Amino acid sequence: MSDDREAILSRVRGALAPLHERAPLPVYDSEIAVMRSLIAGRDLAELFAERLKRVGGLTFTSPAELVAHLQAGQWRHGYCDPVLWPVLAPHFGPDFTVELTFDETRVDDYAFGITRAAAAIAESGTIILDDASTSRRLAALAPWVHVAVLARGTIFSDVTQAVAALGADRNVVWCTGPSKTADVEGILIEGVHGPGAQIALLV
Amino acid sequence: MRFQPIDQFAAGLPADKRASVYQSTKTTHEKRTKLLFDQFTDPNRLRQLAGEIKQHALENLDTYLPKVEAKLKANGAQVHWASTGEAACQKVLEIMQARGATKMVKSKTMVSEEIELAKFLKPHGIEALETDLGEFIIQIDDDHPSHIVRPIIHKNRREIAQSFEREGLGAYNDDPETITRRARHFLRHKYLAADVGLTGANFVSAESGRIVLVTNEGNSRFCLAATKVHIALIGIEKIVPRDRDLGLLLNLLGRSGTAQDLTVYTEFINGPKSTAQPDGPEEMHVIFLDNGRTDVLASDCREILRCIRCGACLNVCPVYRQASGHAYRSVYPGPVGAVLSPLLMGGKFAQKADLPKASSLCGACHEVCPVNIPIPDLLLRLRNRAKEENVPSPGTPPMGAWALMASQPTAWKAALLGGKLLDYVPTKLIPVPALQAWSAQRALPAWRGGEFRKWMKQRKR
Ligand code: SF4
Repeated sequence: MSDDREAILSRVRGALAPLHERAPLPVYDSEIAVMRSLIAGRDLAELFAERLKRVGGLTFTSPAELVAHLQAGQWRHGYCDPVLWPVLAPHFGPDFTVELTFDETRVDDYAFGITRAAAAIAESGTIILDDASTSRRLAALAPWVHVAVLARGTIFSDVTQAVAALGADRNVVWCTGPSKTADVEGILIEGVHGPGAQIALLV
Repeated sequence: MRFQPIDQFAAGLPADKRASVYQSTKTTHEKRTKLLFDQFTDPNRLRQLAGEIKQHALENLDTYLPKVEAKLKANGAQVHWASTGEAACQKVLEIMQARGATKMVKSKTMVSEEIELAKFLKPHGIEALETDLGEFIIQIDDDHPSHIVRPIIHKNRREIAQSFEREGLGAYNDDPETITRRARHFLRHKYLAADVGLTGANFVSAESGRIVLVTNEGNSRFCLAATKVHIALIGIEKIVPRDRDLGLLLNLLGRSGTAQDLTVYTEFINGPKSTAQPDGPEEMHVIFLDNGRTDVLASDCREILRCIRCGACLNVCPVYRQASGHAYRSVYPGPVGAVLSPLLMGGKFAQKADLPKASSLCGACHEVCPVNIPIPDLLLRLRNRAKEENVPSPGTPPMGAWALMASQPTAWKAALLGGKLLDYVPTKLIPVPALQAWSAQRALPAWRGGEFRKWMKQRKR
């Protein structure tokens, strides 16, 4: 509807024409929105783990810990990014079924999905996923447990830094804890559409 | 009519609903304040900056809109424009029909509610399903949201359990966790079966054409993982100048709306999916909607277009807490709605002219607003407009007699002397509607008129 385009733009111009001056873009230092006192002097991986815990997520520092946790939760059937599997496979016992392809017609079969994280934000406990590092968007989303394998060196200190590094990827998703709702009587329930458990595996 | 429409709605609100709205808005508001002030040295400066950024974007929409259009196209999206709600609905229909699509899942789109998209698509054989848990419940109940961020703040678990039972989502069970699990199970298969995912946008960066979407539930992620066509329906006021401004706004949005450092999922969408990615839309359409926004831009209330729909002003508002959302008769309730809804009515302004009057002008909404919108000032401007357009104002007592007394000392003195009589007059029986409405809940104190004058006289001596 190109005529609507012209109509809207001309109404916008008409609406703004009487303004003697337009509000300027403020000059500001992004530092103002950084929780510096929280970050200063901290090991980023440690701070990240602490902040992720605060929003209901978990951090493991070894595949063995992760596998024990999955075992304890009885999450035995899952998906793993084929790139990660050679490293992780030795830690998974015979009672696990791990598929390297994700079949969306059996979406409810997968209790966990393991994919790579692109980066993380320490300040907020956020895991960053993007199209380039996520083998399948659905596999990082539909299973009850999502495990993001995160390289220590990729942790940003704060939100501002992560915004500056957004880059050209088509779909960047910041995940700050498990999926949540408080729609029913304000009671917090985790795992609405996305994962009910969000885990970071630090490597 | 004895009351204004908003008062009539509020009067019929059951006490338990009023209590639950009050309690949950109050809790969210208190958490928000604690978070902002604990974490930042100067949270008020953040709000001012965010306001300045959005004001700048609005006052330069003539350059930003073409700029963002070019960026979106460069990112591989198709860009459409719609002057009205009907035009936008029509455009959505065309996009769907061109692909033989019949199933749509929606997420994070108050605009689709504003233009009643689902209702429009239904007779064309298209199902447009809400996926946010609260919005989904609203949809199956054929109800309306009563809060920007908490659409079903007015419903309790028993009502929801009954609706689920009626819709065949399982036997009656009012445990919130069970309700959520059932919705999870039902909706994931709907996403996977859908052809089109429709979303709104929280922000669009003019610098990069990036669309930003935030949700707590992950429904927008699912829409964009399971469907092959993405339609983003976006009001023209959502534009921000640069990516770096997003950092500031996102930090404020989560904290102001739901008292979270960040909303759980923040998605930055830069076009259709990348070629190497198996999941997600291969095709992306952006529809920019006006539907009255340019009228608001032309008005003396254009600041309201800065709104980032966080809901903080609803949570803090004493009127919203008492009246709840439906009293505002609009998709946008609360203080923001009291300004925006009448403005978006265009020629039918009078129908919602009561909303700006339902405020004590306490200023709490202005104080919490993450984009620093001077809502009380805007309410006054709208009251003025109602006066100028001679919109009738039921329930407001005539002020003529008062004006006469206040300007004539003799009349004033006479009134003071006669006032004593009021102690003996049954006020409830005076046939002035405004007075009756007022005295229905209140009693006059004993007359004490003239005390001040007496005191002044003695002081002089
Ligand atoms: S007017 Fe301000 S406080 Fe109210 S919803 Fe909009 S941004 Fe939030």
